[in-house]
Amino acid sequence: MQRPEAWPRPHPGEGAAAAQAGGPAPPVGAGEPSGLRLQEPSLYTIKAVFILDNDGRRLLAKYYDDTFPSMKEQMVFEKNVFNKTSRTESEIAFFGGMTIVYKSSIDLFLYVVGSSHENELMLMSVLTCLFESLSHMLRKNVEKRWLLENMDGAFLVLDEIVDGGVILESDPQQVIQKVNFRADDSSLTEQSVTQVLQSAKEQIKWSLLK
Amino acid sequence: MPPHLSRRRRRQRECAQARGAQCACAERRATWPAAARKCPGKRPPHRRSEPPGSDVRLLRGAAPASTMLKKFDKKDEESAVAKAAPPVSCGSRTLAFVHSPARVFNETPINPRKCAHILTKILYLINQGEHLGTTEATEAFFAMTKLFQSNDPTLRRMCYLTIKEMSCIAEDVIIVTSRQVPGGRAALCPLFCSLTKDMTGKEDNYRGPAVRALCQITDSTMLQAIERYMKQAIVDKVPSVSSSALVSSLHLLKCSFDVVKRWVNEAQEAASSDNIMVQYHALGLLYHVRKNDRLAVNKMLSKFTRHGLKSPFAYCMMIRVASKQLEEEDGSRDSPLFDFIESCLRNKHEMVVYEAASAIVNLPGCSAKELAPAVSVLQLFCSSPKAALRYAAVRTLNKVAMKHPSAVTACNLDLENLVTDSNRSIATLAITTLLKTGSESSIDRLMKQISSFMSEISDEFKVVVVQAISALCQKYPRKHAVLMNFLFTMLREEGGFEYKRAIVDCIISIIEENAESKETGLSHLCEFIEDCEFTVLATRILHLLGQEGPKTNNPSKYIRFIYNRVVLEHEEVRAGAVSALAKFGAQNEEMLPSILVLLKRCVMDDDNEVRDRATFYLNVLEQKQKALNAGYILNGLTVSIPGLERALQQYTLEPSEKPFDLKSVPLATTPMAEQRMETTPISAVRQPEKVAATRQEIFQEQLAAVPEFHGLGPLFKSSSEPVALTESETEYVIRCTKHTFTEHMVFQFDCTNTLNDQTLENVTVQMEPTEAYEVLCYVPARTLPYNQPGTCYTLVALPREDPTAVACTFSCMMKFTVKDCDPTTGETDEEGYEDEYVLEDLEVTVADHIQKVMKLNFEAAWDEVGDEFEKEETFTLSTIKTLEEAVGNIVKFLGMHPCERSDRVPDNKNTHTLLLAGVFRGGHDVLVRSRLLLLDTVTMQVTARSSEELPVDIILASVG
Repeated sequence: MQRPEAWPRPHPGEGAAAAQAGGPAPPVGAGEPSGLRLQEPSLYTIKAVFILDNDGRRLLAKYYDDTFPSMKEQMVFEKNVFNKTSRTESEIAFFGGMTIVYKSSIDLFLYVVGSSHENELMLMSVLTCLFESLSHMLRKNVEKRWLLENMDGAFLVLDEIVDGGVILESDPQQVIQKVNFRADDSSLTEQSVTQVLQSAKEQIKWSLLK
Repeated sequence: MPPHLSRRRRRQRECAQARGAQCACAERRATWPAAARKCPGKRPPHRRSEPPGSDVRLLRGAAPASTMLKKFDKKDEESAVAKAAPPVSCGSRTLAFVHSPARVFNETPINPRKCAHILTKILYLINQGEHLGTTEATEAFFAMTKLFQSNDPTLRRMCYLTIKEMSCIAEDVIIVTSRQVPGGRAALCPLFCSLTKDMTGKEDNYRGPAVRALCQITDSTMLQAIERYMKQAIVDKVPSVSSSALVSSLHLLKCSFDVVKRWVNEAQEAASSDNIMVQYHALGLLYHVRKNDRLAVNKMLSKFTRHGLKSPFAYCMMIRVASKQLEEEDGSRDSPLFDFIESCLRNKHEMVVYEAASAIVNLPGCSAKELAPAVSVLQLFCSSPKAALRYAAVRTLNKVAMKHPSAVTACNLDLENLVTDSNRSIATLAITTLLKTGSESSIDRLMKQISSFMSEISDEFKVVVVQAISALCQKYPRKHAVLMNFLFTMLREEGGFEYKRAIVDCIISIIEENAESKETGLSHLCEFIEDCEFTVLATRILHLLGQEGPKTNNPSKYIRFIYNRVVLEHEEVRAGAVSALAKFGAQNEEMLPSILVLLKRCVMDDDNEVRDRATFYLNVLEQKQKALNAGYILNGLTVSIPGLERALQQYTLEPSEKPFDLKSVPLATTPMAEQRMETTPISAVRQPEKVAATRQEIFQEQLAAVPEFHGLGPLFKSSSEPVALTESETEYVIRCTKHTFTEHMVFQFDCTNTLNDQTLENVTVQMEPTEAYEVLCYVPARTLPYNQPGTCYTLVALPREDPTAVACTFSCMMKFTVKDCDPTTGETDEEGYEDEYVLEDLEVTVADHIQKVMKLNFEAAWDEVGDEFEKEETFTLSTIKTLEEAVGNIVKFLGMHPCERSDRVPDNKNTHTLLLAGVFRGGHDVLVRSRLLLLDTVTMQVTARSSEELPVDIILASVG
């Protein structure tokens, strides 16, 4: 039996020990003198994805490598990240030797964590995809209450976006399509078709504008 | 009853019921206190996902577990959410497991909603970190097989997810037990079959997730059974199936590399897929399989880069692979790989463009010209509306600025705009980049800008700013006053330990660089320790005060600060303060009486350590002997602490008449002073030091295990880096480490045989000395199979007749017996033949006989050793044109430690005094003072002192 989660090794100087000390870890990325990308080219891009509520409590979390091997370390990390990010309106932070992209929506905070060497835009694409997919699934009500009521959907969405740290899909439309097949729920499918069209339109508009 | 009343009544009744339900919850909690208490504040997703408009009706009357919840209606929940208080938990564990999931799963007909609901709960519990009970988890896991009878899509998908989740959470519980218990394996089989069926079934939506779930619970033996399906799945025309299969194969590589390797052709086919994700995953898998085969990787690169890729992710992957290849080739930038990376700068996806730019920036030894296009791309990104892109750009520019500040100067305007960015991380990075690229004149302005938002950024970035300032100080020493002021303002503000430590480090390095800043620096640091919560920093500053304070013009003003520590602080700081006081007393005659008075007060201290130190220093100082002061107060112990501990323990175990000899203790391999990092990266340096300290211990243990080396005495020194005696790409790779003992040397040869069709036996390295060294014995490496490192030793005695002739060249030859062996089976022929292999010459120099030692106060040590064995000679270094070069060469040649920062030659001077300290083998202190004079060439006057005659002779003989 394999544990793919154990595959990508945490990078030295980051992770639990670093983040536990309240954050002041050796600033691996920002101040590092070594210009070399120490990282092996790899598909394992994502270290963790988690969603917290506006008190910093975990609603959903997936860790894909053993940077934070125990639940306790994970919780501490989440708490620190939350404390650092919840008050500011920016979308990217550098913490504990890791790059964290995040997004808040009403009373939810969505986080995607990657190594400090990771392409920030890749992390961003995962975050965007997660948000868009959830937003679609929850009909634009990306808030705690609806998320809790649709927890199964949220699990499935995340499962379709990241698998064991590898980005599986980055297009929200595809994700929705793969997750959303409630044949018994006609109203939902109807609406989802119109929504799909709607957002497809937006997508086209957006790409034209660009 | 009138209708309106009845309605109201009904509502009241409902409310009452709702309350009742909550009471029921409370009761339940009382019934299972342990279970409920375990998860206070946990919020179970207590309702199956209903689209917001619909009702809970479906759940009513479904199961007892849900009936209990039905009254828990939205109003309660909203208020709970609004109050942000933990919503009433009805004991999530209870819900998921008291009604045994296995039982619900086994109900016929299957109730898909209820089952999916339970699965969601299980997932949620796992997610919240609950520990599942072994039996219930195992039961639920295997009962899931039953659920495959239902065709409800959501339920099916939840099954896959739960299988995946439980298989890794409870891996040891479920899978291992299922392997150990007879029939456990069989229990896994139905699940396995159901998944295989789904994987190959008609329903496309099931297939992808089924593949992933299946691979998660597969081990290498079971993998054989599904290999065929996996191959088909990889080339499946449905992208999600193909992607899933590829990613799962990637996960499987770790445990079943050999099986997955066989799927390369399929992956190759998938790599040309039109779907962007499939292409990305296929390329990733191909690379992971082939990454050890440079040629294959190169071929892959050229193939896919020529035709162009569809997926931006795949581009990023290829850029990384290409830059890694380039890095390893270490060669020219004309290669097609570099062209490929550069061409990606014009890609239409920002992600790819950024990846390419960052790859170019990270390439070692990139010239400014090659960087230019990358930098201009990054410059564009600086004005992007996306924070992530701006962040990425500034971070990368910051990296460029470290090596090529001039290349970034063009972006200064854009960077200055980013200083006011709302994202403080971006602003900080922009500032620090500007600090690196900016000119001397812009420093004042930048510092003002930084101070405006310093309070808003996190400690982590403050450290980055401090490091930038520290670099700046080295670059523009004249600006130290401005920078120092800024640092002190920062020091006074709130901050964590790392941040404060960075500041203190930076200030200390400024003090060391600039003599004129010493007084202000020290007095500011004094102020800082008046109110310093960090013991480590306080003791460090006290140590510095003790070292530098007595040499200042007005040493007495520091005494008050130090003595305040004795009065106010806790014991560690008090002990540090006492030591600092003693150092003042030892170096300053005038202050000695008052210091003695102060120390006498400390003798009454509550703490043992403080009292001991005070008593000790008091007694030493009262002797009023310079040599004692130097040996016991100013220059501390130079032995390695773990070594001392071991030696003392050994001594107590075997009591003998002889007093304990401190000279038998190995010296500290890294002198303490190197802790004070000499350059900017403050955090990085600590690690290797520990390794170095234990390295000698490891050698000592290894050598002690060889019977031939008994009786050599303690290991004096091991050379720091193994010397390669062969080229790196030859048949055999030999590296030598020199170990010096009092009368002998041991050469340790680490050998690796890189021929897979040979096994070497009885490997020795024959050595022919040019001087009077005498080879005593060879300890062979018995066998040396392919690619397994082995070690052989050669023991030599040092020359006795002419003890000064320590520098020597050995010619080396490896002798061994070759036995051919079959590379595939590993079988070795019986018959072997003798062979030889010529190695490069090995040099033994003076440095191998001298251990570096840090003397904090060289003058005191110089006086302590005395001039009994002092010799002086003058040399002309005709080939050396600068003082720096001369200093560097002398330090390297003698292998001694430069003291009091005398290895730094101040600019624009033509004389310099280099002070070196070391310990000669056998434990004799050696001190060298070399005065250098630069005219056209460097003239050097060397004065050496030691407690023995021999070391002095050796040093002078070797220099000459």
